[in-house]
Amino acid sequence: MSNETNRRDFLGYSFAAVAAVGGAASLVGMKRAWDPLPSVLAGGFTDVELGSLKAGTPVTVSWRGKPIFLLKKTAEMGEAPRDLVIGSDRFTVAIGLCTHLGCIPAWKKDMWKCACHGGEFNANAKNTFGPPPRPLDLPPFSVKGTSITLGEEGPEYKKIAATMMA
Amino acid sequence: MAKFEKANSVGEWLDQRLNTTTFNKVMMTEYWIPKDINFLWAMGVLLATTFTILIISGIFLMMYYKPDINLAFDSVNYTIMQEVAFGWLFRHMHGVAASVVFLVIYIHMFTGIYYGSYKQGREMIWISGMLLFMTFSAAGFSGYMLPWGQMSYWAAMVITNLFGGVPVIGDALVVWIRGDFNVADATLTRFFMLHVFLLPVTIMGIIALHFYTLRIPHVNNQSSEEFDFDEEAEKYLAGNKKESKVIPFWPVFISKDLAVLGIFLIFYFYLVFFHYNFAMDPVNFDPADNMVTPAHIYPEWYFLWSYEVLRGFFFDIAGFKAFDIGLIAFAFANGIFLVLPWLDRDPAILPAHKRPAFFIWFWVLMADLIVLTVYGKLPPTGVNAWVGFFAATLFIILFLVLPIITKIDAKRRGSL
Amino acid sequence: MRELKILAVVVALTLITYWGVEPFAHSQMHPHVADADYKFADVDGLNGTKGDPVAGEALVTANCTACHSIKSKGFPEVMDNASSAAAYGVTPPDLGSAGKLYNADYLAAFIKDPAKASDVSHKFVDGRAHPMPGYGWMQPQEIADMVAYLQSIAPKEMSNKEVFTDACQRCHSIKYADMQKGTMAAFTPNDNIKDYMGKLPPDLSQYIKSRGHEYLETFINNPQKHLEGTAMPRVGLTKDSQDQVITYLEEVGDTSKAQREELGPKFLIYMVIFAIFAFLWKNSKWREVH
Repeated sequence: MSNETNRRDFLGYSFAAVAAVGGAASLVGMKRAWDPLPSVLAGGFTDVELGSLKAGTPVTVSWRGKPIFLLKKTAEMGEAPRDLVIGSDRFTVAIGLCTHLGCIPAWKKDMWKCACHGGEFNANAKNTFGPPPRPLDLPPFSVKGTSITLGEEGPEYKKIAATMMA
Repeated sequence: MAKFEKANSVGEWLDQRLNTTTFNKVMMTEYWIPKDINFLWAMGVLLATTFTILIISGIFLMMYYKPDINLAFDSVNYTIMQEVAFGWLFRHMHGVAASVVFLVIYIHMFTGIYYGSYKQGREMIWISGMLLFMTFSAAGFSGYMLPWGQMSYWAAMVITNLFGGVPVIGDALVVWIRGDFNVADATLTRFFMLHVFLLPVTIMGIIALHFYTLRIPHVNNQSSEEFDFDEEAEKYLAGNKKESKVIPFWPVFISKDLAVLGIFLIFYFYLVFFHYNFAMDPVNFDPADNMVTPAHIYPEWYFLWSYEVLRGFFFDIAGFKAFDIGLIAFAFANGIFLVLPWLDRDPAILPAHKRPAFFIWFWVLMADLIVLTVYGKLPPTGVNAWVGFFAATLFIILFLVLPIITKIDAKRRGSL
Repeated sequence: MRELKILAVVVALTLITYWGVEPFAHSQMHPHVADADYKFADVDGLNGTKGDPVAGEALVTANCTACHSIKSKGFPEVMDNASSAAAYGVTPPDLGSAGKLYNADYLAAFIKDPAKASDVSHKFVDGRAHPMPGYGWMQPQEIADMVAYLQSIAPKEMSNKEVFTDACQRCHSIKYADMQKGTMAAFTPNDNIKDYMGKLPPDLSQYIKSRGHEYLETFINNPQKHLEGTAMPRVGLTKDSQDQVITYLEEVGDTSKAQREELGPKFLIYMVIFAIFAFLWKNSKWREVH
């Protein structure tokens, strides 16, 4: 008698397990349908020429729909571990979205100020005031001569990213 | 098959097959509601009506709306607003209803809190109601994205960014939700799906659940008195309507609902035709631009109290980052109402004016929510930031002390 | 009675919240600015000099028609829009209506020093010059004569659309004005105007909705009041012309206004009747139970 009961239970549980596996597999498939499309992942490369930048005034370009700040630093702005050094020029490269809640900070003379909640970032993209929890993020880039390609992780990017982690 | 005899009327024919007479009694003419109620009891029907307005106006908007980042703005502001016959009316009705529905939800919710309609036996009504608040909030948020104006885009940007705060998987989660590195076309189309299909269908299901949860515990009344519904029903059916403490849903309860609805619709249509900027913010009449942040970003008014809790914590405390504290407080604020039945440790079901400490707690909560709402709209600089901080902290404290407050009332009354 | 008290509480809390979130908050976000100055009191204008249109004709013909068309007087455009945009950064306006559209003192100041009168000197630095040369070297009488001539040839009446076309369309598109054929794009091609101004001047189709009457009145009259450092020039429109521009923006941006204002009262009257009947029915049902 108890053997029959166990067999009935065992069949019931195994059937439930099979159904659950099917359900889980469907959910994984559905999750993947929401992933960014291959065309979106592939399209994320932008070339920018840095040589022609005027020192002291940042330029904003669009990469993957986000604004990217590119600043050729003046002598007064000093040196920072985050600097991208190309020849004798030092550049700040940053994703132009406030690390607090994602508004675009505006350049005011010598720093970026975010109108949304008053956050401030200095010329090295470091968060100096207000609610932003960390400096402006670093986009991946690779260097070719005096131009960079946003989207590719070059050795210069990896080095700066490592110093920012520390 | 059951035995069927020839019916003498259409009504009898349907009754033989569907038992419509019993259904009508159960759902309408013998569904008993307390008689001791005020107009606040009509908010449920107001919500059902407003939701219906949203569905119907939404159906008409869907016929012309194009969920594509290049076409959305003009499909709304040119095609629907300027070309489609009465398109402007559907859009105004939809936008104003979406805003007003939250006013009625809040009145409905706070009525429930005031009269103790969430307590013993009615927890499921309360929980299904809070689930409705959450799904309506999601519907409001996803709907606001669709016109693809500056506010649509930047609200989506800020709120999807919040998920980056989740540990470990945060950044990947944000990209997955958006379907792109940035808020983009993929984001718009999936939020369109949520807004026009998945959320409305879910809401309808939870409404059905909400109606069902009312049946066994019965609707509450103004003095929160518990009485025998069957006894009172019998009095009514015996013809003793004046002495009975109950009324039938149809026609008596509904007649009061419809009278309140009539007044409400005057107010609603006045807004639709003459005063709609609060619901259709001017900033959203600028097309979305991912390279320009508007000078002032703010969510719709009904999210402001919650938004202010999120950004109320603007400095690090005890090693915890301001951003993380804000995120946790935000999650707390949005979830804590769910467990209200268990935070209230007073065993008696009474209206707030019969619970002295709770009465004070209730009105302090109302004042705090209004302060949070107003300051959620103001630029968070200088004094405003500090008011926001204290108002947000007070909100959390209010819920943490509720068990104590309610025990005080119970002890003084002798119930504990 | 108790229900009225409850209603009063609900209404009071709603109105307090509404006041805080709408009128109060918006007054904080958009602080009040001074009213529009249609006299342009701060410019170096005519200074009272009376001009002679006959003398002015010769001066205008000699000095202006090399770049500006005056189609009403037989002076066609020297180049098409694309070419003039490439040459100057922006297409130069036809002068046939300038005398009606723009304030006379402003015109005089503008002819003398375009960048200064239109408040865009801050954009023309580091060797960048305004595409229109200044005529400050002329005699004040000559300037007054040219202004008088422009006023004499200007039409007495212009439609709202004509005012917009002449005063605004060289930089701003307003596509909703003609979605079918696309004739209401800006005269200056996008790349040129973006280069010239620093960013693309926005399409004005919905500006009546996004900015509103009051803001537009003070903004068009003096953009720097609301947006310090903006590249948009102060255009110098008279009050009448500016009113026509704003009316045109309303005609294009809010086409349903008339219908909305007509239908609104009808809906409300119906709802009042509905409410009266609802109350009568409610009273009849509740009479039996009270």
